[in-house]
This record gives sequence, structure tokens and C-alpha cells, in this order.
Amino acid sequence: MDLLTFARGPALQWALMIFVAGTVWRLLGILLLRRKPDYTEPRNTGTWRGALKLIVTRSWPKREFWARTGFDQTLGYIFHFGLAIIIFGFVPHILFIKSLTGLSWPGLPSGIVYVVGAITAATLVAVLVRRINNPVKRLLSNFDDYFSWLVTITPVFTGLLAVEHLGARYEVLLGIHILSVCVLLVWLPFSKLMHVFLLFISRGTTGALFARKGAST
Amino acid sequence: MDRELTILEAFQQQGMSRRSFLKFCAVTASLLALPAGKAAEMARILAEMPRPTVIYLSFQECTGCMESLTRSFSPTIEHLIFNSISLAYNDTLQAAAGAAAEAAREVAMRKAWGKYILVVEGAIPRPLDGAYCTVGGKSALASLQHVAEGAAAIIAVGTCASFGGIQAARPNPTGAVPVQDLVRDRPVINVPGCPPIAAVMTGTIVSFLSFGLPELDQRSRPKVFYGNTIHDRCYRRSFYDKGLFAKTFDDEGARNGWCLYELGCKGPVTYNSCATIKWNQGTSFPIESGHGCLGCSEPNFWDRGDFYKPLSTGMWRGNIGVDLGVAAVAGAAIGGAAALVARHRQNKANATEASKPEGK
Repeated sequence: MDLLTFARGPALQWALMIFVAGTVWRLLGILLLRRKPDYTEPRNTGTWRGALKLIVTRSWPKREFWARTGFDQTLGYIFHFGLAIIIFGFVPHILFIKSLTGLSWPGLPSGIVYVVGAITAATLVAVLVRRINNPVKRLLSNFDDYFSWLVTITPVFTGLLAVEHLGARYEVLLGIHILSVCVLLVWLPFSKLMHVFLLFISRGTTGALFARKGAST
Repeated sequence: MDRELTILEAFQQQGMSRRSFLKFCAVTASLLALPAGKAAEMARILAEMPRPTVIYLSFQECTGCMESLTRSFSPTIEHLIFNSISLAYNDTLQAAAGAAAEAAREVAMRKAWGKYILVVEGAIPRPLDGAYCTVGGKSALASLQHVAEGAAAIIAVGTCASFGGIQAARPNPTGAVPVQDLVRDRPVINVPGCPPIAAVMTGTIVSFLSFGLPELDQRSRPKVFYGNTIHDRCYRRSFYDKGLFAKTFDDEGARNGWCLYELGCKGPVTYNSCATIKWNQGTSFPIESGHGCLGCSEPNFWDRGDFYKPLSTGMWRGNIGVDLGVAAVAGAAIGGAAALVARHRQNKANATEASKPEGK
């Protein structure tokens, strides 16, 4: 079995199964936890509205902190949007999603996705440099942060190499690219990358709580 | 006549001039993508070289490669047989048959021992001492080992001889293997394809005669013919880059000649010259005729089972939907159990908290 067949076959199949099992496990493990009873009288009944409001407001930088956090947040937005464009805009990726779910949509020209991929990879490198250079961030960072960064940038980097045929033959690069995605899928549910699913749940929960207490968001 | 004819003499004996010989060398050199100076070098080498003996063995195959070879246009098979090589044995083309043919082969082998070129078409079954394929009462395995012993080099034509092909596809009932699995002490040049392009076969032979063993890739294929993917040289490549794909074989995209990637084209991972040399005197190649590349010059292409699946999709064993459903249920069970354990701990902690005397 050659590398590409292994990557497209058993590796991807097992990685997807671990990804699904891990994600359901983590989500149910958190969502089924008993909440602390709150005996106070609610000041506001619009908890859903509060949840949605906090999701939006916390996704946008506060003007007071812009000078300090603006650059990092901009980098964050660039690579997150970049990743979304690569994953959901590149035709081969859409075909992969279609083969699993039956859903498809028009893709972007490959050239645009390559440029976005390069920008995303460069931004991810900048994010790492910022993390290492900032003493506070460095102190707060652990293995999970660095490894999550690595498994995120590797598919982007190997994907760029594959489309440009740089460093090795295309089928080898494609095999490595798919294997790097497999590592990402396996790692995602058990790491900080789980924020893909938990981000809006946790922000929404906080928003609902704030709304109930009548706190300003 | 004791002395073997040189290739140039053989040309002239056929009534052709030195000029046509030089033209032949120029055409072959351009086919091999050689610089202009190399054509003259090729002419000089071939002019002085005695016509080499070629023995062509056919084993587990469909004769498709031979059919393709007979349609060679540059150089033509007639050129090759009558001018460039001395075809001592080929059970499809030769007039002799039976014991006489086998005896002629033995004579040719003895005369050119250590110098002849062995061309093999088809895979070779290995179990039971090769009993699944016999020619003239001798197994393919024994014939190959015997003839390969005195060969200067072996050219494995077609995917069956190069990688096992359909003969070695699952479940491979005859235990078929390619030439390179059986012959380790002689240079083996693979010229895969189902069938290979005729000009690639003849070009490889002429290249070997002129300059010896050509530069090979990691699958022992001549780089000059297998150095690029079909996708790299495909005239539809610009549509791939623009994101324009045919969705079915008869939609507007297909009629407009858009890229066939979504229809399962394996051009991006297939190394061959189909997009440049093409077939039938440069008329067309499968993608130009509206069908995606099957990847026939790559190993195990029969077993991939994804002729019509895009390259970026998975190659699932069984039903991926069921597998993911089972994974989700397993995940839910573990997640539920984890939550139950956590709740139990919460209850215990609450009970401990409640049992503490006030103020402590």
C-alpha cells in the first residue's frame, strides 16, 4: 500500500472515527454536567438574547484595549478566516465534504486559495512569534498550545507544498498533507482546538448568565 | 555473412538513404526531448552499432501492449524491427511457431549472450513454480529466469510486467508479480501503461541503444517519458486553476472541455506522456476524448476502486456512514459515562459540604 492510498484509506477513516467519537464524548461530557443551582431572582428573562449578544460583543475588540490587543486580534481573524476559506473554498476540499455529507457549494479559483493559504501560513508563523516573544503569553502557554499550533499549520503548509509540487512528488506531498489532516482530526477533540465547537457554547453560556444577572456586556 | 549489419547498413539495405536515417535520429531525439546536438551523437552511435538482438516474451497479458506497439508512428514498428533491432523472438509477430520458434530463440540467445535486450510483456505467476502460466511446456517463471540470465537489460512493457497490473489485482489468484520482483541482477526498465504509448516503448528501446540505461524515476521508469504528471501537461489544467470543473460527462462543463478532476481524473498523480505525445499519431488522449485519466501507469491502479471518485475523497473500507455512526454512539457512551461520574462526584461533594457543621 503506497503512502497516498494509506492516507486516503485507513488513516483518514480511523482519524474521522476518532474525531467524531472524541467530539461527541467531549461535548456530552460537558453539556451533561449538572449546573450549579442559582436561587437568585433573574433580573432579565432574555437569556438567549444575552447569549447571542455576548457572542458578538466578545468577538469584537473593545476600543479601550485596541492599542494593546488589536494586532493580535487582527492576526487571529486573518488566520481563522484564511483557514475557513481554504477548508470551505478549495474545490478538492468541497469534494471531500460532499463525499461525506452530500453537501456541496461552488468553490473558489485555485489561485485565490493558494494566496489565502500563503497569507494564512505567514500569519500563523507571526502568531507563534508573538506568543514566544511576549513573556506573559509564553508563561501561559503549554504543550497543548504549541502542538495545536503545529497541527494547524502543518496541513496548510503541506497543502501549499502539494499544490506547488515543492520538495517531493505530488502524490507523496498529497499523502503527507492528508496524514497531517488526520493528526489534526485526532488531536482536535482532546485539545484547545476543541474551541471550534466550544467557543460559542461557552460564550453563549456566559452571556446567558450575565443576562440573568443583568450585567452589562 | 558472419558480420552483423550495423543499424545504418540495415537502413540502407531497406533502400533508405543516410538522410532518412538522420531524419529518424532527429525525430527520435526530439521525442526523447534531447538537445539538438544529441541527435547527431545518436546518429553516430547507431550508424556504427550492430543491430542488437531483442527477445520479446509474453506472459500473463492481453497483447494490448503489442497491439499498441504495432501502432507506433515515431519510430514505426517496421523501422524498429527492420532497421534498429533484430527481433529474434516474439510469439505474436514471428512466423515460426512451436519447437522451431523456441529453438530459434535459444540460438539467438547463445549468439548474443550478455548483449541482447529482453522485452517482457505481462506479469509472471510465482506460486507452484509458475504453473499458472506455461508456454511450450515451460513456465513463465522459468522462461524469464532463463532468458534474463543472458540479457544486457530488461524492458518491462505495460503495467502488468512493470507492476503486476490486473493480473496482480486483488485477490491475485495466480500470485502474479512484476518482472522487477523476480530479476534483481539485471537492469530493469519499466515502461508502464495499459497499454503504454507506442512511441514511449520504441523510444525507450532506441534511447537504450543510443545512450545506454536512461535516467529512471523511483519506479524505474524513464524520466524522459514519466517525469511529469499528466495533470502538469494537461491542456485542461487552466480550467483546474480557474476552478471550472465538469460535474457529469455530458454537462455544459464537459462540453466546454473543463477539468475532469471532479469526475475522478487521476492525472494529478499519474506520471506518463499521454498529454504530450498522445496516441494514434498524436491524435488525442483519454482526457482529450472526454474521460478522466485512470492512472494506468501507476502501481495498483486496479485495486484503488476510485476511477470515478475525486482524488481528494477518502477510500473507505465498508460504509463510512455506519462507521461514523458507531463512533458517535461510542463517543456518546463515553461522554455520558464521564458526565455521570462527574455528577456522582458533585453529589458526594455536596453531601460532604452539607454534613459539615455550620461555621466550619
